[in-house]
Amino acid sequence: MLRQVEGSKAVADAVAACSPEVICAYPISPQTHIVEGLSALVKDGTLKNCEFINVESEFAAMSVAIGASATGARTYTATASQGLLYMVEAVYNASGLGLPIVMTVANRAIGGPINIWNDHSDSMSQRDCGWLQLYAENNQEAVDLHIQAFRIAEEMSIPVMVCMDGFILTHAYEQVDIPTREEVEAFLPPFTPRQHLDPADPVSIGAMVGPESFTEVKYLAHQRMIDSLRKVQEVADDFEHHFGRKTGGQLRAYRTEGADTIVLALGSIIGTLKDVVDELQLDGHSIGVVGLTSFRPFPFHALGEALKGAKRVVILEKAFSTGTGGIVTQDVVRAIEGLGIKDFTVIAGLGGRPITIASLREYLTNAMQESVERLTFLDLETETIEKELSKERALR
Amino acid sequence: MFQVRIHGRGGQGVVTAAELLAVAVFDEGKHAQAFPSFGSERTGAPVVAYCRISEHEIRAREPIMEPDALIIQDASLIKQIDVFAGLKPGGFVIVNSTENADDLLIAEKLKVATTLAILPATELAMTHLGRPVPNAVLLGAFSALTGVVSLEAVTDAINEKFKPKVAAGNVAAATAAYEYVMNQVASNA
Amino acid sequence: MSTTQIKFYQVGSFAVGNRLLREDERSVQSDPERTNALTSGHRACQGCGEALGARYALDAAMRATNDQLIAVNATGCLEVFSTPYPESSWRVAWLHSLFGNAPAVATGVAAALKAKGNHTTRVVAQGGDGATVDIGFGALSGMFERNDDVLYICYDNEAYMNTGVQRSGATPPAARTATTQAVGAKPGNVFGQGKYLPKIAMAHDIPYVATATIADLRDLEAKVERAMTMHGSRYLHVLVPCPLGWGSASCDTIKIARLATQSGLFPVFEAINGEVVASSKIRKKVDVEEYLKLQTRYSHLFSPQRNDEVIDHLQRIADKNIERYELMED
Repeated sequence: MLRQVEGSKAVADAVAACSPEVICAYPISPQTHIVEGLSALVKDGTLKNCEFINVESEFAAMSVAIGASATGARTYTATASQGLLYMVEAVYNASGLGLPIVMTVANRAIGGPINIWNDHSDSMSQRDCGWLQLYAENNQEAVDLHIQAFRIAEEMSIPVMVCMDGFILTHAYEQVDIPTREEVEAFLPPFTPRQHLDPADPVSIGAMVGPESFTEVKYLAHQRMIDSLRKVQEVADDFEHHFGRKTGGQLRAYRTEGADTIVLALGSIIGTLKDVVDELQLDGHSIGVVGLTSFRPFPFHALGEALKGAKRVVILEKAFSTGTGGIVTQDVVRAIEGLGIKDFTVIAGLGGRPITIASLREYLTNAMQESVERLTFLDLETETIEKELSKERALR
Repeated sequence: MFQVRIHGRGGQGVVTAAELLAVAVFDEGKHAQAFPSFGSERTGAPVVAYCRISEHEIRAREPIMEPDALIIQDASLIKQIDVFAGLKPGGFVIVNSTENADDLLIAEKLKVATTLAILPATELAMTHLGRPVPNAVLLGAFSALTGVVSLEAVTDAINEKFKPKVAAGNVAAATAAYEYVMNQVASNA
Repeated sequence: MSTTQIKFYQVGSFAVGNRLLREDERSVQSDPERTNALTSGHRACQGCGEALGARYALDAAMRATNDQLIAVNATGCLEVFSTPYPESSWRVAWLHSLFGNAPAVATGVAAALKAKGNHTTRVVAQGGDGATVDIGFGALSGMFERNDDVLYICYDNEAYMNTGVQRSGATPPAARTATTQAVGAKPGNVFGQGKYLPKIAMAHDIPYVATATIADLRDLEAKVERAMTMHGSRYLHVLVPCPLGWGSASCDTIKIARLATQSGLFPVFEAINGEVVASSKIRKKVDVEEYLKLQTRYSHLFSPQRNDEVIDHLQRIADKNIERYELMED
């Protein structure tokens, strides 16, 4: 049903439509409205056969999820930023034990200094933990990705993070079509675990694995993550078949045919980039956008195909590796190896700094002429920086 | 695309105003994107909310830099921050106040020609709602001044959002605001 | 208390006691059909108190729940010595996640069962003192506050044993550990430290809190079974001496546990909804010295000379327990 609703509410309703059995979450901006929405649905009886646990920390949230999922219950939680970091031990445990938990990450900057606004540093910090990471371009995709996520997770026995930009998407009111529980049931069958805790057929889950077997266990997880790339596309295709719209999948290209310059980005900024690209094309420029939906697993092959023929790729990132540079860039460089494509990275939107069409136009106009540095921080307040740096130099 | 920026203080329902406007637009079959700008949440602090309105899908998400319309829920902000920044020439300005344009120093601050409406929205809210919350009321004025959304759509959105008693009061106040501004426009013509 | 008091305690109530009891009152371990939840083949040390306690506790829990039990285990000795992949000595549905989250994981298991409409299967969580009073403390308190339907059993050997005998929040005063060495002006664990979890559990007003030791295994079984007749959060704190960490002979494990209770240093009691309702009376009171002398983790209190100050202080602690928990027969 098409509704004008807050992104968080849309996600809550979408998750509820997936008939989760256990929801456990700890409040953190900007995810609060999602769990509040779900809490109300459970409490007023709309969402039946579901236990909502108010946990005492994010570490507890993921731990409760582990116990529930291991018992064969479809399980959901949500967090952001500091909360994600606080539960990291359990995040690795969940993927290590092959538990198909779905978690919303309402992307928010990691402190210190403390900052409650959007960027991708939180989910990017967990790119190696063995969870899938799917990024929503808008609230419709956020809704759809959660539904797809439960299916991908349960079919692959790998947990999935659905990443949506905090505040920018979670707190935006826009038009979304939210499937009903019946519609979702036709697409998402009940959870049948590979193994679970059952007194009738007892197993020991979580044994200690020594040097003689650890590598093999990890290799199998690695292989399964690579295999899930196909599953991500398969589920997106089946979703389109059921619901009539193309969302999810590995990546999407916008006006890239014959483009000399292609901008690559994740999340809500893709929307703004589409508008910028339209304007620049009207001015006669050769430029297009690729939006990456699946960051983990990384679609190396599909990205190489999408970028082939371009002279340069500009990677817009909302996070970076301190002292090193872009994070997504590292994977992109691998994807375009040997294709003769130059790469430029622009770090933007850190800590929620608005990314304006004007700034993007200016930067991209220069990038198309390759008159930008390999690594740029968009809208950097150079005067302040220069002052600080000369102060520091004087002290040393 | 028609872009609206709403200024107010925390606790005055600025975010709800943007939400109601978006729902009203949606009810008339158009696309709307509403979102708040997020300063530290604190009652009384300046708050801004945005609403984009379009026939087509809205993709950009930057804060509204060049609004077509401004709604100023709290006139004391005019002296405090640059509420008129980026306002497009020929744009619309709705101010909640009992004072006139001169006393509000609007002419000084407003650099472009606009269509202006000043109305005592808080007082209308007190009369019809019993509480000094002018957010829904001002949407009635917005409808009258800009015609971008009908009063009916605004009142439908109000009825969808609030419980019957509160909704009724808001509908009455919004309607009164609509009529007030329509009269003002007619007498200025 | 639900056990029949039998005075033939030297041999233990198993050899003689079971014959004198009704069948349904007999010890779980006397039943050849028992689960053997923690079966042989595990890698615990000779004389491990925890292995003994866990086997008795889980077999009792299995009998009490008609084999409808799921066990959640924290990281620690019990988990490490029982599941060296690809082997497991657990004969119950068992999950180990992390060090600090056993209470939360158990909450999740209980929630899943409830969501599925399963009102028969019960949940037990178990962890050592480190997992319980330190790293898992927040999760445990959260579980208590929500009154989640879990029996949490703490096997207390008073230090982080599996990692090499480091001090935990439960390490008693003056004890030597790898991080409270018997050196300097104040050798061993410093006074004024230590969280007493049973009282903290009682402060949450949960339905059932009890302490037990492996010196009275029938009592341990009875307490587990009693706990499983109740719903909501229940807490059982079991003293399990560790020969390695305590520096005691592996044949003295049960004896040392008994001396802990008979000196008053470890009071044995039950509490319902935050109020003590029963305690095990001391049969023959001993001075704390009898208990301390058997453990080299206290040897610095006796050599090179007797540390009267510390030993007297420990004696006062024991005497205070006796008074507070009414441990002497009137």
